[in-house]
Amino acid sequence: MRRVLAVVPTPSMFAPVSTPAFAIREVSFLVLAIVTVIFVIVAGLTVYAIVRYRRRPGDDAREPPQVYGSTQIELAWTVVPFLIVIVLFLTTARYIFAVERHAAPPEALEVTVVGNQWWWEIRYPSLGIVTANELHVPVSDPARPTPTFITLQSADVVHSFWIPQLAGKMDVIPGQRNRTWVEPLTPGTYVGQCAEFCGVQHAGMLLTVTVHSKDDFARWVAAQQAVAADVPAARAGRDVFTSVACISCHTVRGTPANGVFGPDLTHLMSRATLGAGVAPNTPENLRAWVNDPASLKPGALMPAMKLSKNQLDQLVAYLGTLR
Amino acid sequence: MSIVAPPIAAPDMLVERGGLLAKLHEWVVTVDHKRLGVMYVVAGLAFFLIAGLEAGVIRWQLAAAGKTFVSPQVFNRLFTMHGTTMVFLVGIPIVFGFANYLVPLMIGARDLAFPRLNAFGFWAFLFGGLLLYFSFLGGDGLYGAGSAPDVGWFAYAPLTARAFSPGNSTDYWNLSILVMGFGTVATSINLIATTLTMRCRGMSLGRMPLYVWMMLVVSGMTVLALPPLSAAQIMLLLDRFLGAHFFDTQAGGSAVMWQHFFWFFGHPEVYILMVPGFAMVSEIIPVFSRKVIFGYPMVVAASLAIGFLAMTVWAHHMFAVGMGAPLNSAFAASTMLIAIPTGIKIFNWVATMYGGRIRFATPMLFACAFLFQFLCAGLTGIILSVVPFNWQLTDSYFVVAHFHFVLVGSLIFTIFGAIYYWFPKVTGRMLSERLGRWHFWLFLIGFNLTFVPMHWAGMLGMPRRIYTYPADRGWDFWNLISSLGVPFQVAAVLIFVVNIALSLRRGAPAGSDPWDAWTLEWSTASPPPPYNFETAPVVESRRPLWDLKHPDDPDGPHE
Repeated sequence: MRRVLAVVPTPSMFAPVSTPAFAIREVSFLVLAIVTVIFVIVAGLTVYAIVRYRRRPGDDAREPPQVYGSTQIELAWTVVPFLIVIVLFLTTARYIFAVERHAAPPEALEVTVVGNQWWWEIRYPSLGIVTANELHVPVSDPARPTPTFITLQSADVVHSFWIPQLAGKMDVIPGQRNRTWVEPLTPGTYVGQCAEFCGVQHAGMLLTVTVHSKDDFARWVAAQQAVAADVPAARAGRDVFTSVACISCHTVRGTPANGVFGPDLTHLMSRATLGAGVAPNTPENLRAWVNDPASLKPGALMPAMKLSKNQLDQLVAYLGTLR
Repeated sequence: MSIVAPPIAAPDMLVERGGLLAKLHEWVVTVDHKRLGVMYVVAGLAFFLIAGLEAGVIRWQLAAAGKTFVSPQVFNRLFTMHGTTMVFLVGIPIVFGFANYLVPLMIGARDLAFPRLNAFGFWAFLFGGLLLYFSFLGGDGLYGAGSAPDVGWFAYAPLTARAFSPGNSTDYWNLSILVMGFGTVATSINLIATTLTMRCRGMSLGRMPLYVWMMLVVSGMTVLALPPLSAAQIMLLLDRFLGAHFFDTQAGGSAVMWQHFFWFFGHPEVYILMVPGFAMVSEIIPVFSRKVIFGYPMVVAASLAIGFLAMTVWAHHMFAVGMGAPLNSAFAASTMLIAIPTGIKIFNWVATMYGGRIRFATPMLFACAFLFQFLCAGLTGIILSVVPFNWQLTDSYFVVAHFHFVLVGSLIFTIFGAIYYWFPKVTGRMLSERLGRWHFWLFLIGFNLTFVPMHWAGMLGMPRRIYTYPADRGWDFWNLISSLGVPFQVAAVLIFVVNIALSLRRGAPAGSDPWDAWTLEWSTASPPPPYNFETAPVVESRRPLWDLKHPDDPDGPHE
């Protein structure tokens, strides 16, 4: 399942691949057109006034005619903007309700995303999968839509869930269950990151969404549902894992490790990055991370475990088997 | 007509000659609105230099992907201190400092209604500001130096809870804002009382200069919006020290409630800062266009409308917190409505210039740049009010671009213009026009280089408040351009400082009315004597000095 991190596109909100993001782009074109016209007219008038009525050499010292106002003109430039506002408001309200009140069809996939300082826990309650930092969803066919509805919760502070090409932001707030949804129409990997300041490593709280074809998604689900591989050659590393504090925070299904403060590591090697996107998941980076997470992500809450070189080798070898 | 006072001795000739200490004592114990006004503005400018330095480091760090010039901890402190400083220690003191100085002079009064309250307000602000900056030493206790607040100027709960922000740095932020808040409310009450009760004979409300009208609106907004923030700060204080749970989500407190409190202050605050800018250009544009303001009653009405509507738009900062479609729609409506009175003002200013004989002295250059930049700021504001689009744009660099177009492109530009305009009144000397032009053009170029590209970075998905970003996102180019604007702005501000330093000593004498202006402050000496006017002025129109200069065609019959 290990993927090479493909060339990541710019997460432009003007390159949508998902229904809500398309709706947002539609309404954004309308408002951009309106403000462009307003800008051209008002800036044009201002430039005209500045150029045409500048003081020129040779002007006499008399004051220009004093004009105190004009009810008709002022009424006009009050009423016209008011009409524009009405049009804009009605359009906006229509799109707000269309996106927020979109009902989940029975085929929709339910996912829970939990924001943590500074990583994402991703749960599929109906599939029995727990993973981190890389959300996998099936592509949706407009004829038979399979959108993904996401419940957002926070374990600590306020975060914000944002994948520009899939949907607008929805904040992730402790004590509140927010909902958002995506309906990607094109397979691929899309990037985003936490969009609400959440502490030291706010910048290091990245997220990718991989959109699979139906079959690929089924394969991914099956692989994730398996318990951790038990490779005899890596038993020594597993003993290190279960005998030091790793298991206080991490879960590896199929072993005694059932901590919940850190990411589930059952299929760690299926993920493309470490530390919520701060480094590619290579053996060297994995070793550096386990030895001292702050070397890749200063401020990360995982402590350096002060392992001996031998323990480190064994542990990294064991983690490498968690495919 | 008794409005022109003969030139009289400058204030420092009246005080007893003494050493530096005696002079300092004079300033410390003063209750004179002019001295307090000058101290407000000077302190605000000093903090402006500090906040600019912080911004410079931020831009250096972000100039390319993956830079490690500062650590994430330091970066978070820098943007927290930059934002807090610019709003509370630069914006507020400068706009209220100007009002302190100008309102009594413009309405023909001898001082503010409560001079000692005024002094209290200033010192509360200054000590609040020093308390905030003391956090660099005291945030971790003196021996663990180096911990300024790092929770953002908005300090969203529950990041401010003890669990997530141990140490004292957040307490410094909390207490200094609380202290400054009391000072600002005191000054606002003072300005309201002064404007309502101390106008000279003949100056009905309908004859007040637009500057005074707008500062009245600003003071009203401040009195309504700041106490809720202070209340929230006290709740946070109780949370952090006495184990209350207002915002402690782990014990059932509400994170969103803090946001409501904060933005109930925070959005009116934008207008508390920006309407004084409108007030300044409403004086500058007519004088340099040589025309009366077009549609005075409409401008006043628009200001009042902004004041009322500003109290109803706060939750447009919260479109992504999940308020639900009906509330989102309501706040979109109020936000779009406020564009109407704001637009009316732009039209009135342009109509004032229309048919004039515009003289492009430095104050007018800044006012003209303000017109274009504020137009952009207003239009990106409309873009942000379209809620679905806002779900993409909020907390992205687009928002950073938007509010810097408001607070720098509009407010700081008008403040610079206002300093060039009123410096001669305050000091009796002109600022250099030549240096003023350099200052203007360099700042104009630097400002736009820095902040225009941020719109693009935001639309390409770059979130705010990140200390670094991956190299593959396509944001490098726009960030580099943004950072390249910094040296231009630094050069402009240095020229400004040099201009002030040189002109204080060698500037051309200003006389009482260097711009051939029309409001009362230009009828007394520059600098004005401690008692402002030798005899109480009497006015018969909105432009008393126009009446005096044009006895054949006074304003009165036209109003």
